[in-house]
Amino acid sequence: MSESTAHPTPANPVPGATSATMQDVDVAGAVPDKPGPPLAATAKRRLTSPWASLFAVILAVLWTTPTLGLLITSFRPQEDINDTGWWTVLSNPSFTMENYQTVLDPDKSSALGPYFINSIVITIPAVIAPVLLATLAAYAFAWTSFRGKNILFVAVFALQVVPIQVTLLPLLTLYVDAGISGTFWAIWISHTAFGLPLAVFLMHNFMREIPGELIEAARVDGAGHVTIFFRMMLPMLKPAIAAFGIYQFLWVWNDLLVALTFAGPGAATAPLTKALFDLAGTRGNAWYLLSAGAFVSMIVPVIVFLSLQRYFVRGLLAGSVKG
Amino acid sequence: MEIADKLLSMVYALVAFAVVLGLILFLASRYERRGGRSIAWWFIAPTLLLLAVALVYPALRTIWYSFFDASGASFVGLDNYGTVFTQSDQLVVLRNTVLWTLVTPFVATAVGMLYAILVDGAKGEGVAKALVFLPMAISLVGASIIWKFMYDFRDPAAGTEKNPVEQIGLLNQVILWLGGDAKNFLLDSPGNTFWLILVMIWIQAGFAMTILSASIKAIPSEMVEAARLDGVHGFKMFRFITLPSIRPSVVVVLTTIAIACLKVFDIVRTMTGGQFNTSVVANEFYTQTFSAANQGLGAALAVVLFILVVPIIVYNVRQLRASEGR
Repeated sequence: MSESTAHPTPANPVPGATSATMQDVDVAGAVPDKPGPPLAATAKRRLTSPWASLFAVILAVLWTTPTLGLLITSFRPQEDINDTGWWTVLSNPSFTMENYQTVLDPDKSSALGPYFINSIVITIPAVIAPVLLATLAAYAFAWTSFRGKNILFVAVFALQVVPIQVTLLPLLTLYVDAGISGTFWAIWISHTAFGLPLAVFLMHNFMREIPGELIEAARVDGAGHVTIFFRMMLPMLKPAIAAFGIYQFLWVWNDLLVALTFAGPGAATAPLTKALFDLAGTRGNAWYLLSAGAFVSMIVPVIVFLSLQRYFVRGLLAGSVKG
Repeated sequence: MEIADKLLSMVYALVAFAVVLGLILFLASRYERRGGRSIAWWFIAPTLLLLAVALVYPALRTIWYSFFDASGASFVGLDNYGTVFTQSDQLVVLRNTVLWTLVTPFVATAVGMLYAILVDGAKGEGVAKALVFLPMAISLVGASIIWKFMYDFRDPAAGTEKNPVEQIGLLNQVILWLGGDAKNFLLDSPGNTFWLILVMIWIQAGFAMTILSASIKAIPSEMVEAARLDGVHGFKMFRFITLPSIRPSVVVVLTTIAIACLKVFDIVRTMTGGQFNTSVVANEFYTQTFSAANQGLGAALAVVLFILVVPIIVYNVRQLRASEGR
């Protein structure tokens, strides 16, 4: 197989999104400027009058201020936070790293370190497992024929509409019976199962875009399905896997409901979101802890967002119908 | 040590997963070489097994539970559903869910669309969009804490003449600057539900903006140009060219946000815990099931949520299909 046929990038990376969003979507607006007539460009720019710019700036400031306020607060000394508003830093600047030291200090009761580790331990398998299982299943649905295929595919697709609340209590009972309640296994299995319907659907759509001749040619050459799956499908599906992987990563990292229901007590298996939730409930006025804690929990998704924007948005668009 | 243990258990799990998957594929390829035809079953078996055990069975079980009493001991027919739709506390829950689902999609979509149009083609468009999109990346718990701080309220009565109470929540300070009195945003119903909804609007506007911006950029420039030559400008351009062209995307955005609002849990749970008449169906489900030990009512609420979500998702999927021209 030649190099050129090994990487036919799918023309539409986001099946399931609208035709418009199928283009090279990027939050940073990196849609390549088409070499169009210059008149069209001026027509588009017409809207960006000074008033429009001013209004856009106002909106951007309104949208950023809440986060900025808490970010500034997280660097202020505890007494200052309680005595004056964060907007007074301009007249009375005084900053400290103490709040972050407190939430990261392993000797303090409010330490977030163990929860941070738990979040990582939960997230990595809960992303890898559904991606691989779904790609495998999607391959069977897309490129093999067997009895009942269509009915099964529609059934898996339809499972996307099930809100996870409907499954929680019986699932908890199952985990208790199996002796894995409160362990990472309960959380891994839950996230994997909840992610599968969407993952199968997406991977199936991506796979259907790979030309059938490629697979037939490989079959004629005597390659088995397992070989085709590893040698051809996985490399070609990299963009799709990245898109769903990032969607699932955010879903799992930011999840609260599954963590509240299935994580064990204390810092045994609970992720950052649950630690932060508990902190907000028990020490709702301890803003020096809450502000620093909130940003500790946000740092990973924000880094992922900034570095993988393109895949991030694709994943988001792709996941917009998840039930 | 503790950390090493956890990381090690993760590695074990990953290895175990790889071994199981490898074994399945190994057996499948041997089976295939012997001329087995339905190799597909080896590929889909793990997925089907997981879905059956962790999704289908529990969902059916919950539907079954919803016809039983609080402890699950005796059959009560449709009593739990009767409670959901008649008891005054539960009616407040339903009212709030309706408010969330009606208000959020339209406001968030309007703001997102406006912003997308305003920054389209402007200098620094990328940064401008990233600023509004960023709330999408963080957890709802994190967003709730950000906004709880915005809404923070200090009782002025607790201060003295010499040592007055300073507001540290920005919104209350703004009210003071404008000459008003500080208020406890999260306490007074039904206003407090709107303050919670604002958090969701703050998050979802970025989603709306991203999708609609992509849609707007996909409008053929010839069309815009032709309309401009015909003397179409400003709002007319939006009304007759932009909006009709992006209509399918607008519908998808509206319905997607509506689904997210029907299932909203984290914001309510973190900011008020559902107190002060702010509860919604997903939160009430959790309270009844895991705190109030009313398994039957909790199950009925979960089923109600299911029934509310289905038509919107079906509509959404149809719109997607239609817009793809399938």
